[in-house]
Amino acid sequence: MGETNVKLASINPDAQKARDLLRIVIVGHVDHGKSTLVGRLFHDTGSLPDGKYESIKAMCERRGVPFEYAFLMDALQAERDQGITIDTSQIWFKTEARDYTIIDAPGHKEFLKNMITGAAQSDAALLIIDAAEGVREQSRRHGYLLHLMGVRQVAVAVNKMDLVGYEQEQFDLIEEEYRDYLRSIGVEPTFVIPVSAREGDNIANGSKSMPWYKGPTVVKALDSFLPNAPLVDQSLRFPVQDVYKFDQRRIIAGRIESGSLKVGDKLVFSPSNKTAKVQSIESWSARDDFTPPTEAVAGESIGITLDEQIFVERGELISHEEDAPIETEVFRARLFWLGHDPLTAGKSYKLKLGTFETPVTVQKVDRIIDTSDLSNSESEQVERNQVAEVTIRARRMLALDEFTNNGRTGRFVLVDNYDIAGGGIISMEGYADQRSMIMATKSTNITRVEHGVSIEERARRNGHKGGVLWFTGLSGAGKSTLAVALEKLLFEKGYSSYVLDGDNVRHGLNANLGFSPEDRAENIRRVGETAALFQRAGMLAITSFISPYRSDRDRARAAAGDSFHEIYVKADVETCKQRDPKGLYKKAIAGEIKEFTGISAPYEEPDSPNLVIDTAETPLEECLEILINYVERNFRV
Amino acid sequence: MDRLDQLESQSIYIFREAFNRIENIAMLWSLGKDSNVMIWLARKAFFGHVPFPVMHVDTGKKFPEMYAFRDRYADEWGLKFLREECPPIEEVDQSLPPAARSAARKTAGLKKAIEKYQFNALFAGIRRDEEATRAKERVFSPRGQGGQWDFRDQPPEFWDQYKTDFPPGTHIRVHPLLHWTEVDIWAYTQREQIPTIDLYFAKDGKRYRSLGDKDITFPVDSTATTIPEIIEELRTTKISERSGRAMDHESEDAFERLRADGYL
Repeated sequence: MGETNVKLASINPDAQKARDLLRIVIVGHVDHGKSTLVGRLFHDTGSLPDGKYESIKAMCERRGVPFEYAFLMDALQAERDQGITIDTSQIWFKTEARDYTIIDAPGHKEFLKNMITGAAQSDAALLIIDAAEGVREQSRRHGYLLHLMGVRQVAVAVNKMDLVGYEQEQFDLIEEEYRDYLRSIGVEPTFVIPVSAREGDNIANGSKSMPWYKGPTVVKALDSFLPNAPLVDQSLRFPVQDVYKFDQRRIIAGRIESGSLKVGDKLVFSPSNKTAKVQSIESWSARDDFTPPTEAVAGESIGITLDEQIFVERGELISHEEDAPIETEVFRARLFWLGHDPLTAGKSYKLKLGTFETPVTVQKVDRIIDTSDLSNSESEQVERNQVAEVTIRARRMLALDEFTNNGRTGRFVLVDNYDIAGGGIISMEGYADQRSMIMATKSTNITRVEHGVSIEERARRNGHKGGVLWFTGLSGAGKSTLAVALEKLLFEKGYSSYVLDGDNVRHGLNANLGFSPEDRAENIRRVGETAALFQRAGMLAITSFISPYRSDRDRARAAAGDSFHEIYVKADVETCKQRDPKGLYKKAIAGEIKEFTGISAPYEEPDSPNLVIDTAETPLEECLEILINYVERNFRV
Repeated sequence: MDRLDQLESQSIYIFREAFNRIENIAMLWSLGKDSNVMIWLARKAFFGHVPFPVMHVDTGKKFPEMYAFRDRYADEWGLKFLREECPPIEEVDQSLPPAARSAARKTAGLKKAIEKYQFNALFAGIRRDEEATRAKERVFSPRGQGGQWDFRDQPPEFWDQYKTDFPPGTHIRVHPLLHWTEVDIWAYTQREQIPTIDLYFAKDGKRYRSLGDKDITFPVDSTATTIPEIIEELRTTKISERSGRAMDHESEDAFERLRADGYL
């Protein structure tokens, strides 16, 4: 009995409680001393297994090489031979405050994918710069990528201070240069610390050689960082990972990425837009006294059953009704590319967005970003290890968030053949959420009334069929000029036709709409519906709108059916700029108009228009002749 | 959510990804503390079911306590249990040092079993903190035709997007416990009251920290007779977990070579 008591008393009361764990990634230019710093960190915090230091020392003597702290990390044979860290490696150490996982990420450019792998798993980063060499290409690249990967807690260690005589001046120069760079990409490093990993200055212990430095050691700096917390307070995002039917229950399984849900909540599944209520939250436990939970929060892998047997499958994104994710077929992204083959405009890849997978096409490579000076360049391709902004289009509706709104559902990866070849974060800049368009029918109890006059009777009376001539093209391409001239010619030939023009409808029908992406989409939706009414009334509606987005034009086509004719009024941006009938290009270039199509917002060319009128190459009279012939051929009864 | 909840949730996520994306998958059961936790997590992931075979690749040289444990819980946990025998030691590369030869024999048994059932993937309960080579592993880790591991060219793995697209013929190891530590395993075993083989607890000043074949596995000095005492011991020890596993120590890169050739 007495002995048992002694034993219990010797147990640390904290031992039952799991200690805090922080995952840190260590990055920096090759040979700036990452592995050495890690080895030193282990040694100085007393975290090395017994005999490890001695065994590595003995190994060095056997091989006749001087001992290096780096050998502690680089335990692999191949790495010792090459002298560089090949893969990301994890190792645990402890301070008094908590436990750490160190993810050592290689600095060699070729091994960027391993650095990404490391950074993605970390709560915070320690970035190392060689005091003698200063800020290098990889120092900047790694800083940029950390930001892109969503790592927000960054400490910078200026290493090898012993090689520059522990001079404050050299340190200050590097600190200023690197802080400037990080600030330009929106990162504020918490600490910049002068260290010598080899000599042990400012790692776990302070430095006698640098009395001028008053800040924390590396260990103190790390202890001040916080572990990433699940996004409990954000909107519910719960991707369906699988649907199980192991027994009588039909369980929808997945992990809550953000927010929370409870039994009875009404849920929306996107992009199918089905709804159902949570009937139960399922969970397995071996305990007899177990009661199933009635609530679940971000970070938990759970299962639910629904009150209705709706068909849902892996990939749907569950949310509440009031703050559902964006639905779109197209988005913009800032991505890093790791593929063996370059990312190429027009090429198809597999998109993995949470648990959803679908083929996508790179619609455009908008710009390549040089991470060392943040300059831009244009290209059709993104090479391995480059960062770029691109526009990506799927063949079906996607449910997603902007990265700035949700760090977990606002990111994706691309698969090329069998390999994950890139990752990126999502922006919807210039593109509209399609959700309100899809959910457009809000009214219930509505029935269509049968008309007394048939479409054929109207066509016979008018001498021509009804239709929609949908003019699309850049501002200044000549849409309005052609539309108005065509209307007059058709009138003279006995057609009833009417031009719907952008500025005109905004005075009345669409007076309540502005120029946000959603309002622009609604503007086009209403015009599409109106044109379809004209068509059903037996008239030829000629619409003259830039209508730059395929999804908007597709919706207008769906409203009018087979009598929708897409006519691409084509002229290059340079030609349109020179024409500039309303002086809009001048204003857009000066920055007075934001998101101006062709200048600062995209124009998506029609995939397969019914007719292309090239106004840059063809005189007006000839264009009109083509149009008249086209109408006579397609609409005359 | 505390640390154990987070670890559990991550493992469940991995199980469900693998089960959804890969056809014909099985779990390796070494009967040790880690693979027992792994089975437990599978039951959590699949709501009380383990919807794939659980396979013990048997060297015939385990401790009797381990066999008794296996027979009892294969039944009690309702597992689709498979036992596969390793080839005789004489068939294994004679140039290897003795303990590595035992490991190589297990690798050969594993290859044979994979071949027999045409498993595309196996769940294995390895952890990054066990050993330096395992620290470099991926959660979804593709192997060559012969089961080899190319640690020089591993796929990127980030944002919980695992490599799930493979050319035909690729074999995959899935590691649901990769991010756990030895202390985590014990703390979770304690919290969940997961059954454990007695060999892990100290008798006469010695206990097994890691269980393998009885001829090449040795106990460490310890007075820990309960899980809390084991956890307390691990928090202060500087002896590595696999120090009692002879095969790791025969040469500098013994373990790495074993793994490159398909050992767990």
